[in-house]
Amino acid sequence: MGRWLAVGAVVLVAGCDGPFSTLEPRGPAASSIANLWWGMLAGALILMALVLALFAFVMLAPKQASRIAPRHWIIWGGLGLPALVLPPLVGWSLVAGERLLPHPGADVAVVEVESFQFGWTFRYPEYGGIERDILHLPVGQPVDIHITTRDVIHAFWIPQLGGKLDAIPGHVNVLRLQADETGVYAGQCAEFCGTGHLPMRFETHVHAPEDLPAALGITAAADDQEEDQQP
Amino acid sequence: MTPSPLRLHKDLSRIWATGPGFQRLAAVNHTILGLRFMVTSAVFFAIGGVLSMMIRAQLATPHSAFIGPEIYNQIFTMHGTIMMFLFAIPMLEGLAIYLLPKMLGARDLAFPRMTAYGYWCYLFGGSILVIALILGVAPDSGWFMYTPLSSKPYSPGINADVWLLGVTFVEISALTMAVELTVSILKLRAPGMTLARMPIFAWYILVTAVMMVVGFPPLILASILLEVERAFDLPFFDATRGGDPLLWQHLFWLFGHPEVYIIFLPAAGALSIIIPTFAQRPLVGYRAVIVALVAMAFLSFGIWVHHMFTVGIPHMALAFFSAGSALVAVPTGVQIFAWLATLAHGRPRWDVPMLYVFGFFFVFVAGGLTGVMLAMVSFNWQAHDTHFVVAHLHYVLVGGFVFPMLAALYYWLPNVTGRQSVHRISVTAFWLIFIGFNLTFWHMHLTGLLGMPRRIYTYTEADGWTWLNLVSSMGGFILTMGFALVAMDILLQMRLGRRFRRDPWRAGTLEWAIATPPPPYAFASIPEVTERADRLPVREMGRSLAAGEGYLAHARNGWQETLGLHTTTGRPDQVVVLSRSTHLPLYTAIATCVVVLSLLFKVYWLALVGLAAVITLMLWTAQISGLRKDYGPLPIGHGIAVPPHTEVEGPPPWWALVMTLVADGTLFLSLIYGMFYLWLVAANWPPAAVMEPNLILTAVIAAGLVLPPLVARGALRANAKGRGILLWVGLAALGLAVAIAGLVFAIMQVPAPTRHAYSATTAAVLAYAVFHAGVGVLFLISNTLRWRAGFIAPRRGLDLRLTRLWLDYTAVTGVIGLGLVLVMPYLTEISGVQP
Repeated sequence: MGRWLAVGAVVLVAGCDGPFSTLEPRGPAASSIANLWWGMLAGALILMALVLALFAFVMLAPKQASRIAPRHWIIWGGLGLPALVLPPLVGWSLVAGERLLPHPGADVAVVEVESFQFGWTFRYPEYGGIERDILHLPVGQPVDIHITTRDVIHAFWIPQLGGKLDAIPGHVNVLRLQADETGVYAGQCAEFCGTGHLPMRFETHVHAPEDLPAALGITAAADDQEEDQQP
Repeated sequence: MTPSPLRLHKDLSRIWATGPGFQRLAAVNHTILGLRFMVTSAVFFAIGGVLSMMIRAQLATPHSAFIGPEIYNQIFTMHGTIMMFLFAIPMLEGLAIYLLPKMLGARDLAFPRMTAYGYWCYLFGGSILVIALILGVAPDSGWFMYTPLSSKPYSPGINADVWLLGVTFVEISALTMAVELTVSILKLRAPGMTLARMPIFAWYILVTAVMMVVGFPPLILASILLEVERAFDLPFFDATRGGDPLLWQHLFWLFGHPEVYIIFLPAAGALSIIIPTFAQRPLVGYRAVIVALVAMAFLSFGIWVHHMFTVGIPHMALAFFSAGSALVAVPTGVQIFAWLATLAHGRPRWDVPMLYVFGFFFVFVAGGLTGVMLAMVSFNWQAHDTHFVVAHLHYVLVGGFVFPMLAALYYWLPNVTGRQSVHRISVTAFWLIFIGFNLTFWHMHLTGLLGMPRRIYTYTEADGWTWLNLVSSMGGFILTMGFALVAMDILLQMRLGRRFRRDPWRAGTLEWAIATPPPPYAFASIPEVTERADRLPVREMGRSLAAGEGYLAHARNGWQETLGLHTTTGRPDQVVVLSRSTHLPLYTAIATCVVVLSLLFKVYWLALVGLAAVITLMLWTAQISGLRKDYGPLPIGHGIAVPPHTEVEGPPPWWALVMTLVADGTLFLSLIYGMFYLWLVAANWPPAAVMEPNLILTAVIAAGLVLPPLVARGALRANAKGRGILLWVGLAALGLAVAIAGLVFAIMQVPAPTRHAYSATTAAVLAYAVFHAGVGVLFLISNTLRWRAGFIAPRRGLDLRLTRLWLDYTAVTGVIGLGLVLVMPYLTEISGVQP
């Protein structure tokens, strides 16, 4: 018992914070998934308590437990319980997942991410800039991240903003993210990719939209120059 | 005239015993080999455990300088590989090999030499992997070996080859065991034991074995293709040349997901035997449980994509796999509630195995619930590849396999040793394992949700994972102490346990009706079963069987005899004469090992020498199999007489070839799937050059393939009439020779197989046909030799029927392959519509 209390204390102290925490969401995608998690956690704890209570019941009081006919155990436990729990859960998850997809929209920014052993480049078609290992995003605006790789499979993941998506040779995967607050968020490679997997981290700087060009090192003048150079 | 029990025991022992000294290596007996499988897998479990302790030591604190990423990558790759391929699968095979004949009332499995060969392949394959680890060249791209990280450009060393060849070696062993177990369950049981009367454990193993037969071929194919890509540069998984790394993932998880159920089901089968014994009543819902486990087997093949939710497959497609994965909760629930109902309607009592049953309920249910969570697509996007998944999979595999296996260990160890446990440390060991396990993995779910990915070798204080990891590491060491205590407990029990007479648990299954420790022949005489075989009066039966009151209570011709049944009616229809102990399986496995090692070190001429040795040894083995005389019906006792297996329609070898072809067909389908997948999905199609359709060549090959099956029918008829078969055999060989020559010529016409996946897959389909035609020639050579030696006769035509079946299969797959090769060039033209 003491051990369990110790674990509980540790868990409470550690809490849910941390730069990579999926439980401290800062965007609609991460929030939706965190909500799903808390709902599922509650359900799972109830179900687990139920099964363990039933186990205790049949072991300690088989006389009472035998009043439930064998077929009822199997029908209610094996069919009834899943029928009660699964359809709403699958439905919730499906609807939630559908909302997170990169549906076409007017106000969507685009960033092209190329991963490689071991690092990231971020390209901004709108602005023409390239950054290494630092991603700049506008606050409050949906962004489609086009994810590709130069070599092996990597996975692009900013836990506080949303789920991860793999970078796979020969494929372009699109992840929709949105940050609700300005600030710096930690990102990392989630798919094992070799000896440099761990250091393959990046920072995400979320700016007010008007600060974004400056953050990308692009002044209005530079923009003009670039346009001038176009034949 | 029944001989005295002692006389019977002596006579049977003389026939069935394995000799001392060097003769031990010739053992083919299921009791010996089952134990060898289990002990060997326990050793590998210990090695895997040591690796996990190194992982936990490394992760206990941030900025650990204990091991760097190069070594760490090898350690976690090998931990997963060892636990999956060298511990779990062989352990369940060992348990099944040891128990099944005893539970089903047979004296041994159907192909004792194959059991031995399977064991040696496993031992050698596993040793290759472990030696590579000691030498520091172990696989290091993760236990699921994702391409292109495991491909030549990114893993230039020998490491990945060790995985591909070593694991395939072990997989071939697993496939042979799966075929053997399936056939043994279908054919070798006690008279009267219909399928509906089998102990539930046999049902679980039957379903598991069939799952292995169709589940392993996709991985074997994928491993062969990747090894060919690495060795000869044929691009199956290289996106720059029309391959696709996702094909590897599909083939891997097409195996890998059923694998989880292949591991879980035998353990659940053991629980379905143990729980009724301690509930002191038969299993509730026997039929519902069978339906549930068959449903689980089917479902498990349809949900492999839930390991790939983050690879960019469209959401609606994922939704299908998500719902399918959630649906697994239904058959799982049926089994769990059938066990609860059994306890509820019995008089449950506690003993050490029941402690582990409790551990199972706690741990496995938690793992199942997180499994449902991970089946939810959007949650999976966050949790995938984090320590949440690490925690989940350990809850499922340790809860669903290790806890039940420990229950099984304490339950069946008395059967092995003839001694009963004297508790005391067993209980302490259980609590150490239970607490240690949960202390390691419970809050690891949170570690994952706080964003710690799997497979990273260290972390910083700022990441916020420090305390969680430290507690996990402490839990891990408690867990290890628990396992060490179990090992000690077993040794003590073997030395100090209390001897018992028979059936110490008051169980109702036949493995307790034999003497313990089990004699090599298992049953002095074979019982008749007239009711469900999990509630038999085994104490009384044991006495009467030892006294020779059952079937086959004799030692005839020095034969190792057991009874074969008609599969569904359960009536005896043949005396199966089993092969006696021999070193041939060992020698064949050594030759196979030479092939594997030469492929590993790329000494291809030596591989050919090894292959020739394997073929010679197999033909030699065939020369000492079967009977050279017609015997007609032989008395088996109780006034019944049935012919030996050599003279009946459906002997075990026939079913073995059928199951082998099911596996082979799955491999062929996987290959075709791969071909179409690349055409439809991969980038960089269409290829620059395609094969010129050559109708004449195709027709010649097709004729060469179709002729032999027709000729084989002629050979069968000639043999039935007592005429010679050599002319027919020669004609069939000629057809195959034409086919092989034509196919090799066709392969040379394939435009540069290293340039594009189109060419590579086309060459692979043609090579598949060459291989089968080549094996067909071996069948014909064996027929010739065995006909001359007198094994094939008018009433003993099995060999020729096996040949016919093989040639039929070769012709069908060969013609399908040829058709694909003809059609593909046209299909590539319309692949341009792909984005």
